[in-house]
Formats: sequence, C-alpha cells, structure tokens
Amino acid sequence: MSPSVRLQEMIRVIRSARTQGEERGVIQRECAAIRAQFRQADNGGRSHNLAKLLYVHMLGYPAHFGQMECVRLIASPRYNEKRVGYLGAMMLLDENQDASLLITNSIKNDLAHSSQYVQSLALCTLACMGSAEMCRDLAPEIDRLLRASSSYIKKKATLCAVHIVRKVPELGELFTPAARALLAEKNHGVLHGAVILITELCERNAQTLVQFREAVPELVHIMRGLVTSGYSPEHTVAGISDPFLQVRILRLLRILGRNNDTASDAMNDLLAQVATNTDSSKTAGSAVLYETVLTVMDIKSESGLRVLAVNILGRFLLNNDRNIRYISMTSLQKIVSTDHNAVQRHRGTIVDCLKDQDASVKRRALELSLALVSAINIRSMMKELLLFLSTCPPELKSHAASGIFNAAERYSPSQRWHIDTILHVLITAGADVRDETVPNLIQLITNASQLHCYTVHKLYRALVADISQQPLVQVACWCIGEYGDSLLQGDCEETEPIQVTEDDILDALETVLQSHMSSPATRGFALTATMKLSTRITENVDRIRSIVSIYGSCMDVELQQRAVEYNALFKKYDHMRAAVLEKMPVMDRSSMGQTNGESGGGGVQELEPTKPKQPEMMVAPQPASQVGGGEGGGGHGF
Amino acid sequence: MVRYFKKIMHFLLLFSRQGRLRLQKWFTPTPEREKKKIIRDMTAMVLARKPKTCNFLHWMDLKVVYKRYASLFFCLAIDDQENELLALEILHRYVELLDKYFGNVCELDIIFNFEKAYFILDEFLIGGEVQETSKQTVARCIEASDMLQEVKHTHTLAHMLIL
Repeated sequence: MSPSVRLQEMIRVIRSARTQGEERGVIQRECAAIRAQFRQADNGGRSHNLAKLLYVHMLGYPAHFGQMECVRLIASPRYNEKRVGYLGAMMLLDENQDASLLITNSIKNDLAHSSQYVQSLALCTLACMGSAEMCRDLAPEIDRLLRASSSYIKKKATLCAVHIVRKVPELGELFTPAARALLAEKNHGVLHGAVILITELCERNAQTLVQFREAVPELVHIMRGLVTSGYSPEHTVAGISDPFLQVRILRLLRILGRNNDTASDAMNDLLAQVATNTDSSKTAGSAVLYETVLTVMDIKSESGLRVLAVNILGRFLLNNDRNIRYISMTSLQKIVSTDHNAVQRHRGTIVDCLKDQDASVKRRALELSLALVSAINIRSMMKELLLFLSTCPPELKSHAASGIFNAAERYSPSQRWHIDTILHVLITAGADVRDETVPNLIQLITNASQLHCYTVHKLYRALVADISQQPLVQVACWCIGEYGDSLLQGDCEETEPIQVTEDDILDALETVLQSHMSSPATRGFALTATMKLSTRITENVDRIRSIVSIYGSCMDVELQQRAVEYNALFKKYDHMRAAVLEKMPVMDRSSMGQTNGESGGGGVQELEPTKPKQPEMMVAPQPASQVGGGEGGGGHGF
Repeated sequence: MVRYFKKIMHFLLLFSRQGRLRLQKWFTPTPEREKKKIIRDMTAMVLARKPKTCNFLHWMDLKVVYKRYASLFFCLAIDDQENELLALEILHRYVELLDKYFGNVCELDIIFNFEKAYFILDEFLIGGEVQETSKQTVARCIEASDMLQEVKHTHTLAHMLIL
C-alpha cells in the first residue's frame, strides 16, 4: 500500500470516530505507531509518518516528539522528505525551541543547493521561524542570493531579508545596496519584495530613509506604468494591474513623502492620477484607492489633492459594499479633526449611516456624527442622534448618551433646549447613563432659575408615567422636593397647565419609595424630597410626618438613618426645620464635592452659597439664542 | 500578549462552521498554549458574526479580516495600520490558488490534502508577506515542485528548471 494512502486512511478513520473518546483512542494508537516508526531506520515512509503527526497536531494533540524527526528529514537528500521536514519545522518549531538551532546547518546547505526548489524550502523556513542567531549566521548567504539568482529565488530571498531586518535591525545596512538595485527588476514578484524590503529599511533607519527619497521618481515611474498599463493575464485583478504591488508602492511613497515637501511634490501628480483613474467598483480597486487616500492624507499634499481624497472617502460612504463603507468611516474618523470642513461636507451621508444594518458601521457613524456636531447644526444633529438613541443596539446606548450630553453641554442653543435634551435621554436610555448625570443635571436645573416651574412640571409628568428609569426618577424627586410649590400652583408659561394636589405629589413620592424598581439611592432621594415638602406644602404635613416615622424602622440602614434624623427634625428641632429645608442656593460644579448621585438636603449639612461663576468656554462663543439669565446653556468643561 | 516586532500579517486560520481547525499559519513566534487560546477566541468571535456585517473585526491590537468560502472561514489577522481591503484580496487570491490546484476546491480537499494547502500557501506568502502576485506563476511552481516530489533523488533533477 502506498504510504500516502495510509495518511489519508488515517484521516478517514479519525473523522469517522463518533465520540471525542473514540477519536482520542485512534490518535493515541497512531501516535504510538508513529513514534515506533521514528525510532526505526529509514523505511521510505518517513515523510508520511511525519505528515500524519502534523495532521494530528492540527487537531490539537501534542506532537513535540516529532521535532527531531523534522530535523532528520530536513537533512535528507530526498526532496519529498525535505519538503515535509521543513513543513514540520515551520509547524512544530519556532525560535524558542532548542531543536530549531539544529536545522541551521541544513538550511545553510540547502540555500546553496543546485535545485531552486530546495533553496526555496530553506528560504521559506528561514523567513518563517529564523531566530536572531540563525539570521545573523545566514545573512551573507541571503545577500548573495539577492544579487545573483533567478527571479524565483530573488523574490524569496528578498522577503527573507525582510524577516532578518525585523529580527536583527543592524543587518539592514548589509541589504541596503542590494535593495536599491532590485528596484530595477521587471519581475513583479521581485519588485514587490524589494518594495517591502525598502519600506522596512526606511522605517528602521532615518539615514536610509533620506537615501531612498531619491528613489521617489523611480517609484513614481513604476507606479505610473502600472496604472496606465493595459490588461495583463498575469497580474490584472478586476481591471486593476497588480493591486498588491500598487498598494505596497503607495505605502512606501507615504513613508518617503511624510514630512518632506520635495518628495511630496514629486508624487503629487501621480497620486492625483491614481485617485482619478482607479475604478473602485470592485475590492481590488477600492483597496488601491484606499491606500492612495491614506498616503495623500499623510504626506504634505496640496489642498486640492486632500479635498480629492476626502471626496473619495465620501463616495465610499455611498458604496453598496459595507466593507468599503466601514473603512471609509474609520478613515474619516482619523481626519475629522485635521480636515474638519472637508468631512463636514459629507455629514448628511454619515448621519444616514446611523441607520445602517451593520453594527460596526453604526458605531463608526455614531463616533463621526458626534465629532461633526457644531453650534450651527446642533438642532438637526440632535434630532438624528436622539432618534438613533431610541433604536440603537444596547451596546452603543451608553456611548451615545454620553456623546449627546457632551454635545448638548458644548452647543446648547438655550437652557430649556438643554434640559429638554437631557430629559429626553433619561427617558429613552435612563439605565445607560453615567452616575454623574444626575448631579450634573440637578446643577443645570438650579442654574436655570426661570425654568424651575417648567422643569418640575415636565419631570412630574415623566415620573407619573414611568418610575423605572432611576436617574430620571432621582432628578424628578429632587426637583419635586425643591420646587414642589411651583408644581402646586398649576400654571406655568412654558407648558400646559395641570392640576396637581398635595396628595398627588405625596402619592407619587410614596410610590417611588415603595416600588421594588427603585434603587436604595432613589428611595433616599424620594424620602428627602418628601421631607423637604413639609416646608413647601401647607395641609398634608401630618402625612409627611407619618411617612417619615414609618421609615424610621426601615431595613435599609441609609433610609433608616435619614428617617430617624427627619423625625428628630420634626420633634426636637422643629424650630430649625424651615431653615434646614430652605431652598438650595445655585450650585456650581466645584462646590458639589465628591458625593455621587446625591446633593442637597440629606442630613444637617449646608452647602456654602456660591455665586454662579462665568463658565469657561471650550469653544469660541457661539451665537446662541438665550431664554434669559446670565449664562449660555453649555460651555462647561466635561 | 507580546508582539515581538511589527508585521503585516500575524496569523492565518482556516476553520469550519463547527469550529474545526483546517489550517493554521503563524507569522510571529507564539507559544502553543497561546495559539490554542487565540484559535478558540477567533473561532468563537467569527462564528458569532451575523450574516449582514462587514468582514472586519477588532481584536486586541489587531484587525481581523475574515471571509466565508463555502463551509470554510478564512481568517487573517493584520496589524492595526494595515489595509483591510487588500487583506480581503489576499484571502481571495489564496482561495483562487486552491481552487485552481484542486479544481472546484471544497473543505474535504483541504482536510485530506492539508500538506498541499500549506505548500500552496508557502508559494504565495513568505514570512507574512505576499511573495508572488501572479496566479499563474504560483500555480506553475507548485506543479513543478509536485513533479519533483515524484522522483526519488533531487540531485538528478537539478536541470529541471521550469522558471
């Protein structure tokens, strides 16, 4: 029976095992047989035994006992044995295994073998797992092959040199002359390798980089040849001539043109040509265009060329292929701060991508949209963002909410708009907002004194509709406690009048106190609010007294403590109650302290009344319409 | 996870829809245990992707480009700075080479002839870089190597220069 059938036979047997246990059994038997075979003298089936072991290794079973066999097979004069031996070395050995050093000599001999296919095996293996020591040892050989051999060997030697330079950067100097000469090669494989080698050399050595800048005209010439050449059966992919080579050349040009006007000038026309003439209907062309855009944006290109590049990205946004839409957005994200205006022109398309099916595209669209918000477009952008928030996937909600808050902070056209926006977010995505949202919103509300009536009405309505969103409930409780008297008055300019009795308010707060949906912190808010109302309402103070005394025996320690203190306030310190529960002064952020979620009222603590200070503007003052009051709605650092 | 040095490609994995590994090529030295973990993570991540999503994932500090061809997932991890669209082209080229060699390649071909799949890969990529951009050239080299394999001793075939 021919040995290769035995390998496939083994694979068949393994695959037909019905359980994991059965498979393990088969493999153990096979491995035992293989081990025995390894110990025997050469029997013509060595390569197939190793191949079997490699298959078993791929299934996840240990195969280290095959390492020495690899070393032996590599040293064999037979090509088929060398081939499997080298494959085994690449799979089982890496530079961290001691056995890998043992093959250095074989590789050295095979590099000089008369058959180029044997040379190829050695080159491939060296480039795959050559250690620094092996690289140092064999570098001169590689250099020799770079200069005088067939294209087949040169292209492999070039990539071997790349590996060596990565492992032992000092050896870069050795390869630089040969690398320069290789640019004159016509063979695409060799040229491709040469470009990679030069890129590697330039990235590691500043002097080499300067030296290779002189090669820019040559590279431009090669690139131009590719772009204008007709169909070639060898290299054309979807109408593009050797996209792999084109991309690598563009990458090299990028490195050479960076921070250098002369080099950038020399490539300007070529880049424009590639940008305009490359067909992006298939991935190959888009890959080239994408690389072109990256290069244009990274070098010192003319503004016209930059605009061209951004427009390409804009066109990509409209592409049917979602991969292309996705990379367009990642690229736009990178340049949105440096080329803000150019990207703004594509804002409409970007916002449309918020509705894309693909979650990654949605995420990118969100990032970009947030980056594109400005004072001019805040209202329309916020509409889109709030719409997005209500339908977006759960993993994006938190990020969207923070982004919206940031944008509102910076660009609110009015305080009322600001408060409305935050309320909207709390209603839609209350569970996903950060802890600081509650004190921040409270602070905002206290600062908008002319809106207290409006705010408390709105919050009361929201509370009565839904008590599940904790941040919203907390803010609502706080406001009701603070501004409950406005609520009772009934009319308010900004909103529809509503009849609210003292009992209604206390009902709402008690519902919060008793609900299983309320967190301990929320209940704290509700209790304190109830207490504060004792100085703002007139008729139901007894009801408040009884609520407070009930919670004096509550299991929650925090609530219990509060209730007991409030009880004391009613009993022994009733003369102080009005003063303690007085309206809060306007707060500014620095006086809020380190507490999270709770501000004001609890316990006998007084905040120093501070003057509302002029907030520092993060951006230049915007022409925002204001409802009145001294401050624009926003501009605080976040 | 330690990255020893910057590379374009970090690893290439082929696995079935059930998560069975069919080919693994590592372009940076990685300990066995870590390889196993990466394979588990990759397989889980890629198999969990919904149908209408793009072919790119972020994982650690790498980009993972994957594509499904029939019952096999081809998965290539590239550096964060690299061109994902070109990576897709690389995967596609490899599939074309396999297809040309096996004729209408399917997963079973790769299972029963895994060493051939590696030999083909090694004529297309070296050290994590593309070595040959012409499909025909790669195909010719594989053919010539195969013929060489049929013969007992290599030194008698020193004259067999196809290229």
